[in-house]
Amino acid sequence: MGNKAIISGVHDTQVGALPDSTCMSLHTEASLGALADAGLKVSDIDGLLTAYSFASPQLMLGGVLGEYIGLRPKVNASIAMGGMTGGLLVRHAAALVQAGICRHVLCVTGDNRLTGMGDKVQAALADVGHPQYEQPYGMSVPAAFAMAAQVYFHEGWLNGDHLAAVAVNQRANAALHPQSHMKKPITMDDVRKSKVIASPLRMLDCCLVSDGGAAVIVSAAETARDRPKRAVELLGIGEGHTHEHIFAAPSLVDFGCKESATDALAQAGLKHKDVDCAHIYDCFTSTLLITLESMGFYGRGEAGPAALAGEFAIGGRFPVNTNGGLLSYGSSGAAGGMFHVVEAVRQLRGECGPRQVKDAEVALAHTLGGIFSGHCSIIMGRA
Amino acid sequence: MAEVQAKPMPVPDAISRPYWEGANQGIFAFQRCRDCGKAQFYSRSACVHCHGSDLEWQVAAGTGRVASFSVIHRAPIASFMADTPYVLALIDMNEGFRFMCNVLRCDPATVKIGMRVRVCFEARPGTEQKIPQVEPATA
Repeated sequence: MGNKAIISGVHDTQVGALPDSTCMSLHTEASLGALADAGLKVSDIDGLLTAYSFASPQLMLGGVLGEYIGLRPKVNASIAMGGMTGGLLVRHAAALVQAGICRHVLCVTGDNRLTGMGDKVQAALADVGHPQYEQPYGMSVPAAFAMAAQVYFHEGWLNGDHLAAVAVNQRANAALHPQSHMKKPITMDDVRKSKVIASPLRMLDCCLVSDGGAAVIVSAAETARDRPKRAVELLGIGEGHTHEHIFAAPSLVDFGCKESATDALAQAGLKHKDVDCAHIYDCFTSTLLITLESMGFYGRGEAGPAALAGEFAIGGRFPVNTNGGLLSYGSSGAAGGMFHVVEAVRQLRGECGPRQVKDAEVALAHTLGGIFSGHCSIIMGRA
Repeated sequence: MAEVQAKPMPVPDAISRPYWEGANQGIFAFQRCRDCGKAQFYSRSACVHCHGSDLEWQVAAGTGRVASFSVIHRAPIASFMADTPYVLALIDMNEGFRFMCNVLRCDPATVKIGMRVRVCFEARPGTEQKIPQVEPATA
């Protein structure tokens, strides 16, 4: 495989309502933060990978950011694959480093879609539906994700209490993070009594809309000794893609995360039980539980009861989404998934303070795009 | 009072035109591949199963079952707000393909996975284009 790739620097910005931010200011804050974390200068970066923005759409976001921060990279590309993009940036950065094309690749995501878009966000999200075969029927993104949850409910694999347990756990985790968007504690009853958005999903089953940004720097392993922070090694990365639109999904029970997790673990030479903490794309509470089962971390109908039993808590058997996730930490477009990558790195470095998972040596970060459409699983470990 | 925009309507293209023109005549048309014999939804320039290009249009009998559904209480855009709660569903047609639509003419609380439905066509104000939908199949 050539050179090994490590993550040398990470940064996530404050998230929430940031009326003084712009798409570019968030990208800049995240980038400079990650550079400081890695002990690098802007001029050290020879590769720039960016995602996309809803609030401030650009044909060449990577060109705009390069200009904004005075960066002249040798490689520059923007990838737009929805919520899975954060993981994909890291995967492509790793490939560039492994091929010897780049030494330090800056991967940046961010958007100010809360204060920068107002109530246009939901309509913009619904626009992802197929213009001929979905949009005429008033499909919302929650309803599209609810199609899978409804099957799990029908089969008796999930229920409202299972979903509520996920929301409550992640809010408790977010309360331990100084930057998180939502810290106010919630109870099982709060979730169960929150307004139905698209059955069986309720308001507190849905992720937030936040302003925020996150950046990750992927570097050649041989540069690790010059970096101030403990390096985190990229051990295995997998993708799985099965469809774009939910009506065309080959299954409503299993998704591409099955392949992405299998491939990532195989590359790493590890098994499910070797993963100490997981940071999984959680646009809805049900998304997390379905993904965990489809990836093979739990058997059919076992993820919900595990959530209820407290297994996903920071001190639990299998800590999940220790930063609070998209549900409570924040969801800022492609940065939503990148927040999970950042938290995984911090867990492996032992930097999480009250959120720290004891002896975390192997972490999984998982991002998802579309309606369970595309998946990227990243297994990383202490170098 | 602010004017509510019309619901989004399909813009038929060269490949989908027979589907949408069929809907206007009360026909649910779909493609079947002459090479592998499988049906596909939506219409494409090549068969999604075997990539053959010898595709023929057939007319569905119009019956199927609910594969999954969600009752939408919060509409994504203003033009659907007056319809809430409304049912969004995935329908498995007897011919072997799946499509998305609303389940009309029923109490949303009665919709279940596996429920038998039949295709109907919805007319909307301000457009000639009819939209394939389903309603509960009566025995």
